[in-house]
Amino acid sequence: MTQPLLDVSGVTLRYKTPGVLVTATERVSFQVNTSDRFVLLGPSGCGKSTLLKAVGGYLTPSEGAITIKGRKVTEPGADRMMVFQEFDQLLPWRTVLENVMFPLQVARRLGRKEAETKARHYIDKVGLTRAVNSYPHTLSGGMKQRVAIARGMAMEPDILLMDEPFAALDALTRRTCQDELLQLWEETKFTVLFVTHSIAEAIKIGNRILLLSPHPGRVKAEVVDVDKVSPTDGTAGQLEKKIHELLFADEAAHAE
Amino acid sequence: MTTITQPARPSTTKDETIGQARIAMRDQGGAGEHLGEVERKLSTLEMLWDNGFVRKLLLLILLGIVWEIYGRSLNNPLLFPTLSETFDSMKDGIVSGVLPLRAWTSLKVLLMGYAAGVVLAAALTIAAINTRLGTDFLETMTAMFSPLPAIALLPLALIWFGLGNGSLVFILIHSVLWAVALNTHSGFRAVSQTLRMVGRNYGLRGLAYVFRILIPAAFPSILTGLKIGWAFAWRTLIAAELVFGVSSGQGGLGWYIFENRNLLDIPAVFAGLLTVIVIGLVVENLIFRTLERRTVQKWGMQN
Repeated sequence: MTQPLLDVSGVTLRYKTPGVLVTATERVSFQVNTSDRFVLLGPSGCGKSTLLKAVGGYLTPSEGAITIKGRKVTEPGADRMMVFQEFDQLLPWRTVLENVMFPLQVARRLGRKEAETKARHYIDKVGLTRAVNSYPHTLSGGMKQRVAIARGMAMEPDILLMDEPFAALDALTRRTCQDELLQLWEETKFTVLFVTHSIAEAIKIGNRILLLSPHPGRVKAEVVDVDKVSPTDGTAGQLEKKIHELLFADEAAHAE
Repeated sequence: MTTITQPARPSTTKDETIGQARIAMRDQGGAGEHLGEVERKLSTLEMLWDNGFVRKLLLLILLGIVWEIYGRSLNNPLLFPTLSETFDSMKDGIVSGVLPLRAWTSLKVLLMGYAAGVVLAAALTIAAINTRLGTDFLETMTAMFSPLPAIALLPLALIWFGLGNGSLVFILIHSVLWAVALNTHSGFRAVSQTLRMVGRNYGLRGLAYVFRILIPAAFPSILTGLKIGWAFAWRTLIAAELVFGVSSGQGGLGWYIFENRNLLDIPAVFAGLLTVIVIGLVVENLIFRTLERRTVQKWGMQN
């Protein structure tokens, strides 16, 4: 097997809250290959977001290592573009176009023209051609998330890190956004590491799912070939049920 | 797939097959020509009344009329001149060039002190966001000095810097510095974690990070600080000029007021006060408002 794109091996993450040292994840290992849609799934408290931030370079593992294309991750960088859950991730003082252009100019050092062409291309892709000169505060939540996705994709990063990007959207918009993301993936086959707490979303988005158990986050199981199940013949429903059982087996045991 | 068969039960409401939802389309078109008022042009009078500026102007005119009537009935220009006398005096002051000269002298000193105060505030704030000791320093200094009225430092300033612009600039810096530094710093601290992470995701750091992420993100607070600083400085300056007035040959607006009081030219005192108000209003409503509209309001960061 060739070298994986992202290699997380034996990563333990700890952070301090006033007075307490919390272990968010303990010896978590997984590998993401090129064009994977890799989903980190688990209940709250399993450290999935913390793990994603560590891949983003915002946290340093106290044990283990994270490497991307063989380079060790030590700090945030534009080779791993983040898409956050929060709607305030766009710079409010820049228009949609400028928001997408900005990282291309400062991190990729593209000229204005080049950055604009590229930005427009990806804004078209997420269907926001008409909002190109709007300021973020005039956009709906779904549109803001689309801009953030366009911004991430325009950078053509090694991997796109998405931290529950659709969690704050209403149910209808969320479904549309999920469909659009899959459509975009069909077109460009980018690699994405996706964090969610929704089993249905994980099955819909991912081709591989890593199940994490909480307190501290440990790997419980990995589901592969998730894209082989289909919602029409009921297999997706069965998988969802099975994953649910797996995730909550502990809780049932604790309760007794 | 398993089918769920409903146990036979008597339908209570309607004779519809249970388990099959029904969609009934509503006729929207020709249902009724009689629609309520959807849109109506407002009359000119209504539009004028909705304009805040027009309403305030009306209030001002009303107050002016009250002033004029009271002044005339009192008929004592030494105590309370009428509005028209004040305007006459103001016109004379402007035509003779004394009033604009005085105003310009004040503004020149003010701009010097304001600029120096803002630069110092920027330096202090940058130190404060980068080091913990800097934060402590800023917090302690602001807590100590911001309750201290700048004018209270004037006697000391006179000893240190003598009668002149040096003393004025010193107390102006004091009046601007703490307000601007405090607001800028709290603005920086309030920048959301997400935006900070976005900035670092782009590989921005150091001054580039400060100028391209922190300053624009904290701009609403920075602007508030600049506005408060301006208001403090303007009041402080006029008050200081009243205390030691003319120094290097020509005084400012405060001196103009003081001088004319000594000459018992009360309409000119009123004209001086009016000029102070007008300049304050112009800076507040023209300069800061425009800046606000072009930045924070356009960006949706403030309503």
